[in-house]
Amino acid sequence: MASLRQIAFYGKGGIGKSTTSQNTLAALADLGQKIMIVGCDPKADSTRLILHAKAQDTILSLAAEAGSVEDLELEDVLKVGYKDIKCVESGGPEPGVGCAGRGVITSINFLEENGAYEDIDYVSYDVLGDVVCGGFAMPIRENKAQEIYIVMSGEMMAMYAANNISKGILKYANSGGVRLGGLVCNERQTDKELELAEALAKKLGTTLIHFVPRDNVVQHAELRRMTVLEYAPESKQADEYRQLATKIHANQGKGIIPTPITMDELEAMLMEHGIMKPVDESIVGKTAAELAAEAAAVA
Amino acid sequence: MSQNTDNVIDHFNLFRSPEYVEMFENKKKNFENPETVEKVEEIREWTKTWEYREKNFARDSLTVNPAKACQPLGAVFAAVGFESTLPFVHGSQGCVAYYRSHFSRHFKEPSSCVSSSMTEDAAVFGGLNNMIDGLANAYNMYKPKMIAVSTTCMAEVIGDDLNAFIKSSKEKGSVPVEFDVPFAHTPAFVGSHITGYDNTLKGIIEHFWDGKAGTVPAEVRAPNGSINFIGGFDGYTVGNMREIKRIFGLMGIDYTILADNSDVWDTPADGEFRMYDGGTTLEQARLALNAKATISMQEYCTEKTMKFIETKEHDVANFNHPVGVAATDKFLMEVARLTGKTVPAELEKERGRLVDAIADSSAHIHGKKFAIYGDPDMCMGLAGFLMELGAEPVHVLATNGSKDWAVKMQALFDSSPFGKNCHAYAGKDLWHMRSLLFTEPVDFLIGNTYGKYLERDTGTPLIRIGFPIFDRHHHHRYPVWGYQGAMNVLVWILDKIFDEMDKNTIVPAKTDYSYDIIR
Repeated sequence: MASLRQIAFYGKGGIGKSTTSQNTLAALADLGQKIMIVGCDPKADSTRLILHAKAQDTILSLAAEAGSVEDLELEDVLKVGYKDIKCVESGGPEPGVGCAGRGVITSINFLEENGAYEDIDYVSYDVLGDVVCGGFAMPIRENKAQEIYIVMSGEMMAMYAANNISKGILKYANSGGVRLGGLVCNERQTDKELELAEALAKKLGTTLIHFVPRDNVVQHAELRRMTVLEYAPESKQADEYRQLATKIHANQGKGIIPTPITMDELEAMLMEHGIMKPVDESIVGKTAAELAAEAAAVA
Repeated sequence: MSQNTDNVIDHFNLFRSPEYVEMFENKKKNFENPETVEKVEEIREWTKTWEYREKNFARDSLTVNPAKACQPLGAVFAAVGFESTLPFVHGSQGCVAYYRSHFSRHFKEPSSCVSSSMTEDAAVFGGLNNMIDGLANAYNMYKPKMIAVSTTCMAEVIGDDLNAFIKSSKEKGSVPVEFDVPFAHTPAFVGSHITGYDNTLKGIIEHFWDGKAGTVPAEVRAPNGSINFIGGFDGYTVGNMREIKRIFGLMGIDYTILADNSDVWDTPADGEFRMYDGGTTLEQARLALNAKATISMQEYCTEKTMKFIETKEHDVANFNHPVGVAATDKFLMEVARLTGKTVPAELEKERGRLVDAIADSSAHIHGKKFAIYGDPDMCMGLAGFLMELGAEPVHVLATNGSKDWAVKMQALFDSSPFGKNCHAYAGKDLWHMRSLLFTEPVDFLIGNTYGKYLERDTGTPLIRIGFPIFDRHHHHRYPVWGYQGAMNVLVWILDKIFDEMDKNTIVPAKTDYSYDIIR
């Protein structure tokens, strides 16, 4: 147990978190690491590429069927995929009902109590979107994930989410051991993406651990429900994930306590890089008619 | 007739006076849309049939009168077993009012416990500020030596992290950094009060043994000859703990009771209010790591705790609420084995007296059929004792019993010819028990106060043993463990048997040919 390394991937929804994490973990498995993935997303797609199928038997769906999570056995929910990677999906309620955050707590407690963490080197949590409530912070409580990797891109909202996640980490970092491991930029081919990602990393007090370039092979692999590592191990993209995996592996204990910034600072940063035009404060909140009247008055 | 101060009529008679009777009849007729008396009777009779029983047991989305309470109740029970410890439940006030009143109604004593008063804003923003202010207030107002934190549903659903919150509170100066604030997550919607007892006791000893949440070095075990004793969640804790202390004293054993709440729930009326009284001292809790062995009296109350203690290289012994001659023999012999002490002559004499008493009354108990419900361990202990007396524990039901418990119960039934037609019902409720009592009637029902509704419905006489007992006083002062405890249980059962016998023979010139002075 002492040598168990626990990490988590967080990031804005749709940013490619699950794809990035699965490819990276597949690369880690290639390095001989024994891995377990804990998917903490009600969509239950955090292990699809490893298992070649969407996991149907999530902890919470089976618990709902059985009547109680106490009636479940570990074998019911633990599936083994590529390179013996153990996969568990927490699952969760349909959109709009129930409490997905509590589902994450229930699932992780179940795994701990049933000895799922024995005989593995790595546990990786894949957590949806923002840290919107206490439940989604479960993986960053003390004695859970030691380092958080935030998957982001050069889009403003992805950076905004990364900043918010850093705030969540900061909350727990002072009382516990959780640290920000670094940013992973998943290329969207936005303007000055690398530059911006590095600038944000600097502001947060961390580093851009890897810039994953965009490559259609990822798409091809996904259509076959595979990681690039398995689908096209010789490809350049597979090498990118191998590099990321090696960096994460070497990053143990090097995480930092993040220094999140304010929304204004974030906007200022975008302006600095010419992504956003400075806002003329004198025109904010004025209608076209009012502006026209003002212009007439000046003339 | 309205009340007047010269002659106040109490509720027993007031509502039987004609104007009230008429008022109730009118209310029913005019506002309750009642079915005919015949229809009500017809349905009542139907609910007594096998057909209804089968439908009842096929029920899967409804629980009616579960025989269990929720985790934080057990958390409070364990917490008050430590010296000057204030239980602090992170959640809303209403929950805590329930734990306090529940214990006060059973033990007839005040039960001190605080909440962090979470309200809607805490549900939205998280309960950190409630923890910070609550710990500061509790520490300054009630001067405890330790505050043991547990949680309610609300705090659990929003995912409040006790470890982080308590550390943050200490950083903000709510309580001194070195002040002991052990904690346990006790979601009320998981398990039952015995789970909460388990989680909290484990949380407290883990706190003392494993370095207080990483703030001090973990204790290093230096084994000695003492043993630890854990009672589990037990409505007879006042009587039982004192009996265990007496027995261990007679045997000359060096022991520590982990969570001893016998004094705090039995404080004397001598003019001084004791918010805290007795309990395991914090120093004892710390040093308990060094014991050579730990005994749990109730296996299903201490599953996680005992697993944790086993990792500390203690010899462990688990019992299932032992009651009776054979069960007490087994308990004492195990204690003797673990400590190297012998069982003294006094206890052998007590054993002989119990056997003598059983023999004296055997004719009245032998062959009687019983239904029992309660916590899993107590059910096992009482079923074992009944079979020892030659009685049959036909229905044994534990709402908070697991599948594993049901298997163990069956093994117990199989060990005696009196267990031949007996069944264990895990996870069932008191509405299931009602069907059982109608379709396969027994002579007596053993259960807590809530069993009085089953007694009224089914006519099965209730022997009150269990938790909570609200409507009879002071039984919690009597032990049910040890030979003397078994004697108490025997007497309670016999009293009810003789009461029923008298009731059944009381009509003059009709049945009173058996209304005997001597039984």
